[in-house]
Amino acid sequence: MSARPEFEGLLERALAPVEPPPALCDRVERRLTGLTEMAAEELDAWELAAMRDPRNWVRPAAAVAVGTAAGAALVLVRARQRQRARRRGAGAWDELLTRAGGSAREFAADARKLLRRPGDSR
Amino acid sequence: MASETAREDQRPGASKERLDREFSDLYRAHLRDVYSYAYYRVGNHHDAEDLTEQTFLQAYRHFERAQRESDGRPLRPWLIRIAHNLAANFYRDRSRRPESPLEDASIVSAPHTTEGLVEGREELGRIIECVSKLPDDRREALIMRFSLGMDNREIARALGRSDGATKVLIHRAIKQLEATMKTEGT
Repeated sequence: MSARPEFEGLLERALAPVEPPPALCDRVERRLTGLTEMAAEELDAWELAAMRDPRNWVRPAAAVAVGTAAGAALVLVRARQRQRARRRGAGAWDELLTRAGGSAREFAADARKLLRRPGDSR
Repeated sequence: MASETAREDQRPGASKERLDREFSDLYRAHLRDVYSYAYYRVGNHHDAEDLTEQTFLQAYRHFERAQRESDGRPLRPWLIRIAHNLAANFYRDRSRRPESPLEDASIVSAPHTTEGLVEGREELGRIIECVSKLPDDRREALIMRFSLGMDNREIARALGRSDGATKVLIHRAIKQLEATMKTEGT
C-alpha cells in the first residue's frame, strides 16, 4: 500500500478549512451592503441627472438625427428606384398609375413613420 | 405568472437586484474558502481578515463581467485568483512574508476531534511549517487542493495555468514536501 494517500490525508488534516470569525462576516456584510446602497443611490441620481442635463441629450439626439437622415435617404432611394423602374418598364398607363399611386402612398407612410416620435402611439 | 416575472425583470433596477442577490449567494458559499486561503497564505488572522474583505469588495466590483464571461462555470477559482493577486500585492507593497508559518497553529485543528487534535498536533504543525517553506506556487496549489478541496481544473483556472501544468505542480509540491519532512525529521 502506497504511503502517498496517507500523507495526503495528513495534509488534508493539517490544512483543514478555517472558519471565518463572526466579526469578519459582519464587517464584510456591512461593507457590501453599504456599497450596494451607494451604487443604487448613484444609479438613481445618475438617471435623474442624465435626464436633466442637456449634455446627455446630445447622443440620443444625434442617434435620432442619424436614424432620421438614414431613413429619409432610404425613402428617396426607394422612390428613385421605382421611378427608374417605371421609366424602364413604360408599360400600360394603368400599371404606371397604380405604381405611382402605390409609391406615393408608401412614401407618405414612410415619412409619417419617420416623423413620429418614439413613444408616440399614434 | 411567467409574464409577471418577465415584467418584474424589466423594471428599472431589477437586474441590479438580481445581481446583488447572486453575489450574496456567492459570498455565503465561499466566505470560508476565501478566508482559509487567505489565512494559510498570509499566516495570521488580522491580515487574513483584511485580505478576505478586500477580495469580496474587489469581486463585487467585477461580478457582472465575471458572470458574463464565466459561461456558467463556477466562480470559486475567480474569487481565489483575486485573493491570490491581492496577497501578491500585499507582500510586494509591504515587502514582507509571514515570519512564522502561522500565528496559532492550533487553529488548523479547529474542525477536528479533541483526540485527533492531541494525537497528531505535533505532526500537523510540522507539516504546516514545511508547507510554508515551499515556493509560493507550490504552497498555493497545496492550499487550494487540501484546504479548499479544489480539483486540478479549478486550481488551474485560479493560477492561470493549464490542467497538465497544474497536475505536475501539485505532484512536485507533494514530493518536495515529503522530502523536506524526511530531512527535517531526521
